[in-house]
Amino acid sequence: MKHTISVLVENEFGVLSRVVALFSARGFNIDSINAAPTNEEGISRVTIVSSGDEKILEQITKQLNKLIDTIKVIDFTDGSCVEREMALIKVSAEDDSRAEVLRIVDIFRAKIVDVTPRSYTIEATGSPQKIDAVLELLRPLGLKELVRTGPVAIGRGSKGWKS
Amino acid sequence: MKMNGARILLECLKQEGVDTVFGYPGGTVINIYDELFHCSGIKHILPRHEQGGTHAADGYARVSGKVGVAIATSGPGATNTITGIATAYMDSVPMVIITGQVPTALIGNDAFQEVDIIGMTRTCTKHSYLVRDVEEIAATVKKAFYIARSGRPGPVLIDLPKDVQIAQTEFVYPETVDIRGYKPTFSGHPRQVEKAVNLILDAHKPVLYVGGGVVLSNASDELRELARMLTLPVTTTLMGLSSFPGDEPLALGMLGMHGAYCANMAMTHSDLIIAVGARFDDRVTAKISTFAPHAKIIHMDVDPTSIKKNVRVDLPIVGDVKDVLHKMIRQCEKQADRCSRFAESLKPWHDEILDWKTRHPFEYVQSSTVIKPQFVIEKLRDLSDEDAIISTDVGQNQMWTAQFFKFRQPRTLLTSGGLGTMGFGLPAAMGAQVAFPDRQVIAICGDGGVQMNIQEMATLVQNRLPVKLVILNNNFLGMVRQWQEMFFDKNYSQTCLELPIDYVKLAEAYGAKGFVASKPDEVEEVIRKGFSEKGPVIMEFKVAREEKVLPMVPAGASLNEMIFNA
Repeated sequence: MKHTISVLVENEFGVLSRVVALFSARGFNIDSINAAPTNEEGISRVTIVSSGDEKILEQITKQLNKLIDTIKVIDFTDGSCVEREMALIKVSAEDDSRAEVLRIVDIFRAKIVDVTPRSYTIEATGSPQKIDAVLELLRPLGLKELVRTGPVAIGRGSKGWKS
Repeated sequence: MKMNGARILLECLKQEGVDTVFGYPGGTVINIYDELFHCSGIKHILPRHEQGGTHAADGYARVSGKVGVAIATSGPGATNTITGIATAYMDSVPMVIITGQVPTALIGNDAFQEVDIIGMTRTCTKHSYLVRDVEEIAATVKKAFYIARSGRPGPVLIDLPKDVQIAQTEFVYPETVDIRGYKPTFSGHPRQVEKAVNLILDAHKPVLYVGGGVVLSNASDELRELARMLTLPVTTTLMGLSSFPGDEPLALGMLGMHGAYCANMAMTHSDLIIAVGARFDDRVTAKISTFAPHAKIIHMDVDPTSIKKNVRVDLPIVGDVKDVLHKMIRQCEKQADRCSRFAESLKPWHDEILDWKTRHPFEYVQSSTVIKPQFVIEKLRDLSDEDAIISTDVGQNQMWTAQFFKFRQPRTLLTSGGLGTMGFGLPAAMGAQVAFPDRQVIAICGDGGVQMNIQEMATLVQNRLPVKLVILNNNFLGMVRQWQEMFFDKNYSQTCLELPIDYVKLAEAYGAKGFVASKPDEVEEVIRKGFSEKGPVIMEFKVAREEKVLPMVPAGASLNEMIFNA
């Protein structure tokens, strides 16, 4: 089962490698990971998507909590969160396909962020499923390059992570 | 007053109450050693190998309960500490390891004697710090000691670049420490404790299963009180052996692969296992799918990651086991009548256990011609002081000690339980002797492991540390040989140590005394002679070469499927 885990950590060097090591030490693949500072000074938030044996993931979550630099671990597996990710997609756009690309961009409320006579670069934001859907439609038109951030997640409701 | 970083480090150590360090000088710690030269109040022990120094700091910590401190230079000095650090990590020993590092400007340049020791030790330290600014030294040392000794203890490494040791600043030692991501749970939840007591008082076949956590949290008194109050049978892991007197009627002895038959049978037939500071290691559970099939499990541990890691748990209690046991005792005192009724109701269970105990006690066949290693252990126990400290190496020597040396007091057994580090015994004994110069310290080793840190004989002699080194010499790597005999058609592949070593001469070469026994009737005399010497001694016992550690649960079998004669 897929797990989306948010880890709030001290923004110090070596922290990310400690987090990642807990997965690699158990032979677990990380599907996606991203890390960036938060509104609170010195605290970064790491969002990890991983899948695998439930028991081992429970152990990893406990081990994440045990790290000295970890302030809080939130497992969003129950779906009580909003997930968004962004993709930058370079797609070939020549003659007949230029209009088709624009139509797709429009349908998914994506944006063109770079244009050449032979390509468009698209910025698409949404749930991972939406990004997958955009890609599925663009792929036959000639996908040149793709970069995804991996999802970030935030809990639903009025409370922040501290409360 | 302004001081350089090296001096600040030493002042910090003094603030933490450190009076002894084990260290080895080198290029990137030369500034620390220069300050040490002018500094009073810190005793420095120079081992002959950084691994020996690290194990010594570990032994010092295990026996005293204080944080052990080791110093090594960068590069090879640092890498030589890794086995010692991993050993301490697996057994939750509080240690601070200080390594020198190349100047910050050179880090990452493949400089001379540079290694990324933080990266290398990431998975065998509780935490680690690279200090990049002299201003950070004091706060870092404060945090390191706090982390090392609190919660589930463990080794913390501080990597200190040379330029940071030279830079100057005002020395101010922080009074408090606050790490927002690190708040170990000390106090056991009262509601959980209440539930646990109720579970116990409803049980018919309870067993206290006790691990090293009881030793680490100094909870032996509480353990004994609870066990006696409710007449609970007690089995201990290797790490927990010294926490409960081996000759008490309630003691079942060690459980697991080479454990007591009665302990393994009690676990298998139990309806309630009360795990105290133990982690259900694979050497304890044997085949996990058939482990304790009828038992509910209460698991108390300071480390939440230990709970439900290997086995299902019905009632977890996170907290310091001393605190939890204390609360359980109070809870029992409130219902004294119910407790005494419960104790009486355990009579059939005790009878059942006594039957197992008498059917297969730890035993061996005595010989009048060759020395049986178990006999040496029994004699050592008979002739040693009440508060003698025993360290072991790893393998047969370790298991025979665990089986036949019925430990009397907590913190009197130093052994590498988790990592199983050969070469641990002698330097660990050295550290223990530094902590307690007036107590009897005995290292029990095989002829394999003893060679791995034999150089520390020099340290013992130089520092007048009267460690008594016992070598059970069978000219084999005995435990592996035993497996080869039992499971690999007696193919003794690379386990025969052909060359006979003259340990008496070896002792003399180091300036120590050496004695040897090759017949059973010489054993007692050699031990008496060895114990009466004022300085360090090697006592070699030429033991039965193919003696096996029995009973044994073979790999993959269930805990109650023990081999007695093979």
